Amino acid sequence: MTSLRSLRDPLLVAVSLVLLWQVMHMIAGDVAITAPVPTLEHLWTMVGQARFLPHLRETGLAFLQALAIASIGGVLIGVVLGGHKLSGEVSEPILVGLYSLPKVTLYPVILLLFGLGMPAKVAFGALHGILPIALFTMSAVRNVNRTYLRAGRAMRLTPAQTGWYILLPATLPEIFSGLRIGFSLTLLGTMLGELFASQRGLGFLLMTAIDLQDVKTILSIAVLISVFAVLANAALLAIDRRLHRGAAPEGPRR
Amino acid sequence: MKGEGASPKVCARLTDVTRVYPSRDGHGEVHALGPLSFDLHAGEFFSVVGPSGCGKSTLLDVLAGLALPSAGTVEFEGKPVAGAVPDGVGVVFQEDASFPWLTVEDNVAFGLRRSGVDAAETRRRVEFAIGFMGLRDFRHAYPSQLSGGMRQRVCIARTLVLQPRLILLDEPFGALDQQTRLLMGDELLRLWRETSATVLLITHALDEANLLSDRIGVMSARPGRFIDIVETGWPRDRDSRLAERADFGAVTSRLWSLLREESMRAMGQRSAA
Repeated sequence: MTSLRSLRDPLLVAVSLVLLWQVMHMIAGDVAITAPVPTLEHLWTMVGQARFLPHLRETGLAFLQALAIASIGGVLIGVVLGGHKLSGEVSEPILVGLYSLPKVTLYPVILLLFGLGMPAKVAFGALHGILPIALFTMSAVRNVNRTYLRAGRAMRLTPAQTGWYILLPATLPEIFSGLRIGFSLTLLGTMLGELFASQRGLGFLLMTAIDLQDVKTILSIAVLISVFAVLANAALLAIDRRLHRGAAPEGPRR
Repeated sequence: MKGEGASPKVCARLTDVTRVYPSRDGHGEVHALGPLSFDLHAGEFFSVVGPSGCGKSTLLDVLAGLALPSAGTVEFEGKPVAGAVPDGVGVVFQEDASFPWLTVEDNVAFGLRRSGVDAAETRRRVEFAIGFMGLRDFRHAYPSQLSGGMRQRVCIARTLVLQPRLILLDEPFGALDQQTRLLMGDELLRLWRETSATVLLITHALDEANLLSDRIGVMSARPGRFIDIVETGWPRDRDSRLAERADFGAVTSRLWSLLREESMRAMGQRSAA
């Protein structure tokens, strides 16, 4: 029963969104928004075509590489800056500033640096994801409860044991929250990177469809990416909640 | 007062210990402790009371090996303590130190699993400590689901499984309400009797120190030194009902008469700082 109930709400949301889509189609017409059913049919045939796969693979690869760079780089930067007080204090405002910067303005620079194609997309995706991951990790490391570390010393742990059994689990929930946000932003960055000056990928298909006024394809790709993003985010959120289960009590009782 | 013939066995010995550390604003130094010398007798329950900020916690840190003395020596069972917590010493902190990512059972087993004790022995000791501290019904709960008193029990149990011969407690009941404090005090007495460990308790509650202790070290305002060590002479088999005794109040009054002036000095120090 529990699994049924946990599915009910997302299903309701999905059904409502499709209904909203239908209503908007009725208002705006086929010129701007095609109806849900034909669009989904179009998506189905499109995904089945052999020429679609290279584009999907291109976007997927770009995203995965960007995500790997953002995750590993962000966590490393965060750990170093969080562990060293002065470096952290100097770099935090810089990172926050970069984080709030609309990175699209830097895209021409990225293109000049990396040229057209895969490297530019990966760089642009990673650029979006790395900052929140670094910021979350930095704050996680910085805010580790000192009493846990003292308790570790009192229980005669070696530095390696302290790292693995105390620091890692103590920082993991917040780092994971950073990774979740980094995931979304990396996806955004990768897609943005594909929209301009690319020759392959879902973003390229999207731009071609805009030029051709092919509304069905535009919406199909939008649906595909949205479904992926929503499902991935739901899975990450579920893990995130599980990790935070112990750390964030609902009103600590004394 | 106790009239034991031979001098008691020494569990830990501090000789001319001082601790000075740089002040937080970076200018000058804080002389937190000492010089202070005293012997902790094996098997006794010793409490330290003193005005706030007098270096009580510093004393515990130095004794535990969590901080180095600036001068002087600290010995535990005849061996010098040098910057690391010696085997046989257990520490319970004022703050909640239970790990929120582990269940009660895993929290209690934490130190044992890291120390290379085999699984069967770990299970046996964890089982005992969980039962002893009344945590059986909560073994699969997470600390966030427990009250402050229960969490502190988890921390005590986590220390207990390591079978310490000296247990150091830094105001472990500071955040608890009065009734819970009294009950936890009784538990602590029971633990002390049944494990025959030496206990050193830092507290700011005079009646708590009185009730629990064989001897009470009264500390001066900063830099902390013992101005007196009061022997209570209570029977070993005691609990919180001791407070009903006619001579109980006399000891608390004695402690307060020793501390009143020091506490006023300490207040002055803090408002000057």
